[in-house]
Amino acid sequence: MTERVPDDDMRPQDREEVAIASESVGRPASAHGYAGSMALPEESPGPEGSPEVAMTSPEDLSLAYESGVEPKARSQWAYARIRFFRHKMAVLSLLVLIAVGFVAIFAKRIAPYGFDELDLFNITSGPTLKDKHLFGTDLLGRDYLSRVIYGLRTSLWVALFVAFLSTTIGTTVGSLAGYYGGVIDNLLMRFTDLILTLPGLAVLLTAAAFFGAGDPLKVGVILAFLFWTGIARIVRGVFLSLREKEYVEAAKASGAGDGRIILRHMLPNALGPIIVNTTLVIAAAILVEAALSFLGFGIQPPNPALGSLIAAGQGEGFQLWWLVTFPGLAIVVIALAINFVGDGLRDALDPTQRRIRA
Amino acid sequence: MPEPILSIRDLTVEFNTEDGVVRAVTDVTYDLQPGEVLGIVGESGSGKSVSMLSVLGLSPQARIPKGEALFKGKNLLAMSQRQLREIRGGDMAMIFQDPMTSLNPVLTIGDQISEALLTHHPDMRDDAAQKRAVELLEIVGVPFAERRVDQYPHEFSGGMRQRAMIAMAIANNPSVLVADEPTTALDVTIQAQIVEVLKSAREETHAAIVLITHDLGLIAELADRVVVMYAGRVVELADVYTIFNQPRHPYTVGLMNSLARLDAEQEWLEPIPGQPPSMIAPPPGCAFHPRCSFSHGRLLCRTEVPPLRQIGDSTLHVSRCHFAEELEQAQVVAGAAATEEAR
Repeated sequence: MTERVPDDDMRPQDREEVAIASESVGRPASAHGYAGSMALPEESPGPEGSPEVAMTSPEDLSLAYESGVEPKARSQWAYARIRFFRHKMAVLSLLVLIAVGFVAIFAKRIAPYGFDELDLFNITSGPTLKDKHLFGTDLLGRDYLSRVIYGLRTSLWVALFVAFLSTTIGTTVGSLAGYYGGVIDNLLMRFTDLILTLPGLAVLLTAAAFFGAGDPLKVGVILAFLFWTGIARIVRGVFLSLREKEYVEAAKASGAGDGRIILRHMLPNALGPIIVNTTLVIAAAILVEAALSFLGFGIQPPNPALGSLIAAGQGEGFQLWWLVTFPGLAIVVIALAINFVGDGLRDALDPTQRRIRA
Repeated sequence: MPEPILSIRDLTVEFNTEDGVVRAVTDVTYDLQPGEVLGIVGESGSGKSVSMLSVLGLSPQARIPKGEALFKGKNLLAMSQRQLREIRGGDMAMIFQDPMTSLNPVLTIGDQISEALLTHHPDMRDDAAQKRAVELLEIVGVPFAERRVDQYPHEFSGGMRQRAMIAMAIANNPSVLVADEPTTALDVTIQAQIVEVLKSAREETHAAIVLITHDLGLIAELADRVVVMYAGRVVELADVYTIFNQPRHPYTVGLMNSLARLDAEQEWLEPIPGQPPSMIAPPPGCAFHPRCSFSHGRLLCRTEVPPLRQIGDSTLHVSRCHFAEELEQAQVVAGAAATEEAR
């Protein structure tokens, strides 16, 4: 390796040497003039010939290894995590969401009352410390803090369900369309377009009326039916560009089948946009579910949902302000927090945003 | 002569484009003998990569109206996708040009080599595959393979990545390795190392190598025989010494003259004049005649596609030039003229 002089400027003495060497072997000169290996006799390059395998001996290897710095193996995800934690609002929002999620999961233990428990001594009480009615009570004397907590639980559950379902459908449709292209792409995407052109709210209201609303599961399915299209289009776009990547071609050349290529080689590369959009779907689902419940087509009483709480409260005007304010605040805080986390994730998962040097 | 391991017969490849049908490869015929290194040279767009990619079914837009590609006696072009998949990466593996983009950024090097193994050995256990991956990395000269196997492509330098690519290609002991411009994307010093790695890869697998490149230096280093392609046709085929010392096609002569050689007095590099022809409407007759400094506008060159014919006594040297025999003298004259002019 050391004797190999990359010789483009053709110094006279080298030229002479090389000329002699190649003449004696009868081997044509190479464009780059690897003087060392050209002098090697290579008349019979059978598998057993050619003794020089310099590069594989350990001494050479340690030489070839750049400097003494031992690089630490860090995955793309590790870098993403580092970038995410630099985003202060996103981290704060994540903490808020974790707290909200915690409250929602352990609603039964945290809520001071049941969501339909009546306290007839404290009807329409404002926010007060008395009897722990921190958010006040409603017209029937139900503790409003408890109702908001249970409403949170319902709304979050629906939102997560919608996000899961629509991401699954959207990713499947999008990846198949983007990977196969052609007729399959056309069929799937025209179907997606069809759903996108439906007037959302009208369809939601019709569907809710038709299938019977009230059940959180049904509301979730109806919402997911409308929400998967965005993810499908994004995933399709990502797959269209990934399909042309050379490592996909390399995977094909190594004999991988379609399933393996989609799941193992392409999907992990598309996870960034998928995750970001899933978070945004969660936020959107919470808002739409609230709107649906507000209009009376979503979750039905006595099950509290944030939207239906606002709907029930808005008839009472400004005297009972807390009936609208607290569930409204809850919606705003959650939606904001999710959007911030989504932003943070987008920055973290977009490799062009990379600012950390390894 | 032994039975060729890969035999390409009259292969024609076409692409439909908005401007019309592009015939990227026309009636290409060559054989690959077991264990040999066959260089395929030509400029960009001469069809040198397409001929191999389409044979392996890796060029989805390509139409192959005629020809066959016999791999171990079986026609690749008649195979189903499933059969082809079994051969790709198994008995016939590819090394791609750009190691920077040919490795998946989200999988570790070890995972990607294991993928290559597991694709063809579904019963193999994951830890066995990882162990084999380390061995393969050692074969191609990646230092500290044990540790580097868990690293990601972005932690590898270009040369190391190309080594990893070669490790993937030889993972399943192929009998044919197709190296598509394996050194083009690399530094000159790294190129020299990769040449060594290719040599040791060949020793390891005893594979025949199809070396697609426009780097004549690489050809001189590695190839046993050379196919020169121009405008989708084979214009000359001979062993590497003959190609370099007695080229009998004006295009090959042009290539040699445009080369900085260390074994000859040479003041000036001579480029081939003109541009590669349009593949939609190739020139009539010999596709090279508009750029040919030996044709002198002769009618035969302009009207008739020259056949691929034998040069001299050897059946191993063929050229697609009407006037191949004139080249011996012309070459000398041209060389002298060039030096004259330079003075």
